[in-house]
Amino acid sequence: MSLQPLQGVWWKKVDRSEKVWIGIALVWCLILFAMMPLWHLKGGQNPSFETYRTTPQQYLQKVEAFVEAGPKVAEEKGLPVIAADPAKDVYMLGRLWQWYPALKFKKGQTYRLHLSSMDLVHGFSLFPLNLNFMVLPGYEYVLTLTPTTTGEVFVVCNEFCGIGHHQMVGKITVE
Amino acid sequence: MDAVFRTCAQTGLKVHNQAERLIKVHAVAGVFAILFGGIAAILVLLTRWPAVHLLDPQSFYRALTFHGINMLIFWIIFFEIAVLYFAGPIVLGSRVAWPRVGWLGFLLMLAGSLLIDIAILQGRADVMMTSYAPLQAVSYFYLGWILFAVGALIGVLNFFATLVVARAERTYQGSIPLVTFGAATAAIIAVVTLADGAIIYIPTWLWSLGILPNIDPGMYRLVWWGLGHSSQQINVSAMVTIWYLLATLTVGATPINEKVCRSAFLLYILFINLASAHHLLVDPQVSPAWKVWNTSYGMYLAVLASMVHGMTVPASVEVAQRKKGLSKGLFEWLAKAPWGNAGFAALALSLVLFGFIGGITGVTFGAEQVNIISHNTLRITGHFHATVVAGTTIAFMGLTYFVVPLIFRRQLISPKLATVQVYLFAIGMTIFIAGMTTAGSYAIPRRHWDVQFATSIFQPPIEPAAFAFLGIMGVGGLFALVGGALYVLVTVGSLLFGRRVPDTPGAVALAALPQDRGQYVPIKGTTVLVFVFLASFVIYYFLNWKWLAEIWLVK
Repeated sequence: MSLQPLQGVWWKKVDRSEKVWIGIALVWCLILFAMMPLWHLKGGQNPSFETYRTTPQQYLQKVEAFVEAGPKVAEEKGLPVIAADPAKDVYMLGRLWQWYPALKFKKGQTYRLHLSSMDLVHGFSLFPLNLNFMVLPGYEYVLTLTPTTTGEVFVVCNEFCGIGHHQMVGKITVE
Repeated sequence: MDAVFRTCAQTGLKVHNQAERLIKVHAVAGVFAILFGGIAAILVLLTRWPAVHLLDPQSFYRALTFHGINMLIFWIIFFEIAVLYFAGPIVLGSRVAWPRVGWLGFLLMLAGSLLIDIAILQGRADVMMTSYAPLQAVSYFYLGWILFAVGALIGVLNFFATLVVARAERTYQGSIPLVTFGAATAAIIAVVTLADGAIIYIPTWLWSLGILPNIDPGMYRLVWWGLGHSSQQINVSAMVTIWYLLATLTVGATPINEKVCRSAFLLYILFINLASAHHLLVDPQVSPAWKVWNTSYGMYLAVLASMVHGMTVPASVEVAQRKKGLSKGLFEWLAKAPWGNAGFAALALSLVLFGFIGGITGVTFGAEQVNIISHNTLRITGHFHATVVAGTTIAFMGLTYFVVPLIFRRQLISPKLATVQVYLFAIGMTIFIAGMTTAGSYAIPRRHWDVQFATSIFQPPIEPAAFAFLGIMGVGGLFALVGGALYVLVTVGSLLFGRRVPDTPGAVALAALPQDRGQYVPIKGTTVLVFVFLASFVIYYFLNWKWLAEIWLVK
């Protein structure tokens, strides 16, 4: 009974049915553990190892240089649309309440996408693809992304960042 | 001041009057918190249900902040401190070590929670429960957190001091009972948790006063989750403790081997706090190696602990029932269990919903890479409503129906309504969680006022199915809200209008212990159940890796 003090509780032999279950559960736990390093070796979707310290000012300069270098292929809803070059680094920033700039990718090409925030913590969520990473001010996160689908994908902010949070939507077009 | 005791006519336990009073005030504060959080839940639910979309954005974010803090922090922790004042002094037949300090702790928690609630309602803390720096609230919001954490820490230390007093005054012989052991586990985890709270909220408070220049947002998230997630691990330990307690009170269950149960609790102490890493899996400030080790609680040894409890709790019920002669086939013991008893219904539903939904989704979404397709979507909120609401809260509700007659000594105004309440709440939450989690797999974000993006520059198209699941979430949520309101009604109604429980044995229906304690009883039914659980776990886990493999490549 769970309300009574017991004598010699630690010396009682464990029943076979319990031993079997503990053994099977332990094996399952080790499989759960092994999946993560294995996916880093063999899988295609892993969080990045690459991250740098930065400041909002430094990062803004990099993003502005990136937008200036272009090529700017269009302007949409006030955002420059930059056709990203797989040979060069690609930049996007999050700020209240905008993802800047909009990007154009090619399916099957691999891009180094840098992300950081100018102000609060933001959530970078590719919608409706469902690929999610956090964007923190002071940290420059580099994701090596390869689009495998074409069409328009939206960047939705999925971390609360104030009253305009739900309006913070950016865009990546994949050809 | 000499301690005044009474002997409970129902349980034979020796009850210190100060322990009883401290339980009462903490439990009442908890019920107020669930009432406040529940009112906010109505507003949040009716806004996130796109067909209704009730509130404006500012009111929505405010209501969501209020809902999260009152439910996840105040309701849960007030109730847990009440559990500690039961599992320490009352179960051990001891006095409370420091009654006056206990009252100080309670008053600090009360003051802290009021400061926080006032700050939110004034509109000076629209920052969500997590208040991620550099998002900033008014300084007394953070002060409220510090006061609340210190008050809770005092309650925890009073529990430890009571263990020492009980040992020194020889109020019991041998090892402490399992319920006290489990509560001690929760208390040890609480110390680590509340220390993390102090480490993050004291500098954040100083920052809000302008004394510190800035708070690193990566460090904030790392330490904050040492509080935020670990506080939910206090829940897990407290809830499992309550499972064992409810099994004893409702069917007279005795665990087959307490060494196994206790070792599982030890694994919680050693490993469970690493799970704070679940929140940082797609963050830039920590490396994947750190993420893999910590998100797995070492090597999933805390999951092993939960899987052990997942067997030993139903096994204890099966053994008790079979000893009563309900031993036909695999499941007579289960079919003829006291399903009409609110306490037993709460135990069974809490165990199944926590394990099958909360546990499986938690471990799956907490795998480093699977988190890429779950983080900050409604999948996460679906997961923790299954653990903290369908698991912990239902267990607490079931226990309340014993606290009212045994501690407040008032009969329930309607035991039938109490049972209906538990089922209605559980069914409502199950529908709600299914809708919410599935909507999340269409990337629907959490903490978001408008998933139709009507006021933003782009309007991303949403799968019609996602809308359907948000609607299912809304309907389930309404059922759960009615169930939750009935809980407050039955509890408060019984405290105010319940008949006084007479001091005669048997006035409160409690299970008798089964006879033939030495005889070996096989646990075939439980064995089948745990393998059904394992199969569901394996299927859901690998389905998620398949879904993950379908998105863009990223490294």
